[in-house]
Amino acid sequence: MTLDRRSFLKLAGAGVGAAGLPMIGRAAELMPKGAKRVVVVGGGYGGTIAAKYIRMMDKSIEVVLIERNDHFVSCPFSNLYIGGVIKDLNPLTIKFDKLAANHGVKVVQAEVTGIDPAGKVVTTSKGTVSYDRLVLSPGVDFRLEEMKGYDAAAMEIMPHAWKAGPQTVLLRKQLEAMKDGGTMVMTVPLAPYRCPPGPYERASMVAHYLKKNKPKSKLVVLDANPDITSKGGLFKKGWKDNYEGIIDYRPAKKVTEVEPGKMTVLIEGLEDVKGDVINVIPPQRAGQIAVAAGLVGEDKNWCPVNPTTFESTKQAGIHVIGDACVAGAMPKSGYSANSEAKICATNIVALMNGKETTEMSGINTCYSYITDKEAVSVAAVYAVKEGKIIAVPNSGGVSPADFSAAKMEAIYAESWLKNILTEMST
Amino acid sequence: MAMKWKKWALATSVLAVSAIAQAAPPSAAMLSNACAGCHGTNGGSAGPSMPSLASQSKTAIVDAMKKFKSGERPSTVMGRLAKGYSDAEIEAMGDYFSKQKFHATSQAVDAAKVKKGSDLQEANCSRCHLDDGKDGKDDTPVMASQWLPYLQMQMELYQSGKRKMPEKMAEKVKPLSKEDIDALLHFYASVK
Repeated sequence: MTLDRRSFLKLAGAGVGAAGLPMIGRAAELMPKGAKRVVVVGGGYGGTIAAKYIRMMDKSIEVVLIERNDHFVSCPFSNLYIGGVIKDLNPLTIKFDKLAANHGVKVVQAEVTGIDPAGKVVTTSKGTVSYDRLVLSPGVDFRLEEMKGYDAAAMEIMPHAWKAGPQTVLLRKQLEAMKDGGTMVMTVPLAPYRCPPGPYERASMVAHYLKKNKPKSKLVVLDANPDITSKGGLFKKGWKDNYEGIIDYRPAKKVTEVEPGKMTVLIEGLEDVKGDVINVIPPQRAGQIAVAAGLVGEDKNWCPVNPTTFESTKQAGIHVIGDACVAGAMPKSGYSANSEAKICATNIVALMNGKETTEMSGINTCYSYITDKEAVSVAAVYAVKEGKIIAVPNSGGVSPADFSAAKMEAIYAESWLKNILTEMST
Repeated sequence: MAMKWKKWALATSVLAVSAIAQAAPPSAAMLSNACAGCHGTNGGSAGPSMPSLASQSKTAIVDAMKKFKSGERPSTVMGRLAKGYSDAEIEAMGDYFSKQKFHATSQAVDAAKVKKGSDLQEANCSRCHLDDGKDGKDDTPVMASQWLPYLQMQMELYQSGKRKMPEKMAEKVKPLSKEDIDALLHFYASVK
């Protein structure tokens, strides 16, 4: 789908209207474009790295990073905050000032309200920004139409905490306020969603907190999937060894409706489950801006891309990385987004200089905490085969089943966070 | 097994080329950048349990990767990841990181230990660990500015026998006390 000018204006108007700002004709140009410019939308695991690496590889390309917030809070490790293992979100929070100072990335704090792929212009709450190539790393938004009753007000009662920040703090506060003997309910959507092992790590961290502080309490996990989506054997062993009688895991229970007034979730109209604290992780799709720009594929949810350049197969000149894209075997994880950003940056620089592109080589390394001192991991190397991103055969995999490496991996996980956030912010 | 995959890729390269519009095989930078999420941009680590790879001896990196791959050197994720690369790719990554700028770290170290460690280095280790551990010769890794927790974790692996100590190193390490070793590691961590 290509947007013509009229539908673009409609789209942009709707976006700006929703943000409650007046719009008269087309917004003013925010910053005039020079010879070569890449605009990156989203200051998370993908966007920061794409912006930085393009500048590292070619200083002649101007890079504008547009992010709605003046900081970014990492989802990885936010479950440790919910479980009380870490006491504040500061170690998970980065700013963008050093990307500007060290690499000359032009950081614009604004909300992107529309994209005109034909005119190569991004409309933001502060004005328009033209580009030669656009990188979208918008993360996920929720398919609220598949979770009846789950609106903005409901999110304040039953937090999702699937975008780190105030929602994470809210869930933690609710858990702290829950009486001993209470029940927390969490819902897991059908895969694919952001961070496949994330819900199960969260369950582990919540259970860790309950065991220590509120031992008469329970956690009910209502999972729409037929089984644990990632590191299944490891989570099951970890739960059996540590949280027997605390975690009540129920597979194939798809929550489709919530009633915040009654603190109840409904499973496909058949069964009600009540909770004192309810964490709803709704079904997801690519961030709204990618959907609005016509970048999602036949599934209407995720953005198909070229596996070498991460350029959208739906719109030329727009690249999509991170959770929003379909990157073959690469999972929707922070490390994948980091890796994809570098692959995308390398090939954007090649394309803008009329040079040959380079086949991707990527990595995912992802840790999940089971207790405050034990973690398990999954790791893999990715390459292209017959035009598809695959995990390189006979490599990768998960931690040993006997947890012999779990204490060591918890130590490595801390350095993982330190390094990846440092990479994103310096 | 990785070689089999490479051979297969080579044999079917006609297919691959027609499916993806003319892209060069992964370059050393492409391969190495993927490591930087854990080892830091250009291999300069900010995480205390992860080694810096920047300006590391190429042979030391290649040697480590091959031992991770075979399982000879114990690891958590590194063995699983090393199996994803051919020997040629490992060489390319080793070469790439060896050419990156030395990554100096600022760490809290004990001044008295650093002093003692400096003397011990001079007397015992300096024939292989050249220039206060800043120069990696052949398979002798650069020790300077590596994070103290990383150095301590590796020394524990050596002393437990899980990681095999080179003979020349074992000769020198054996007579040293626990305190001596601790001082040596503080020294290496302090070198910039």
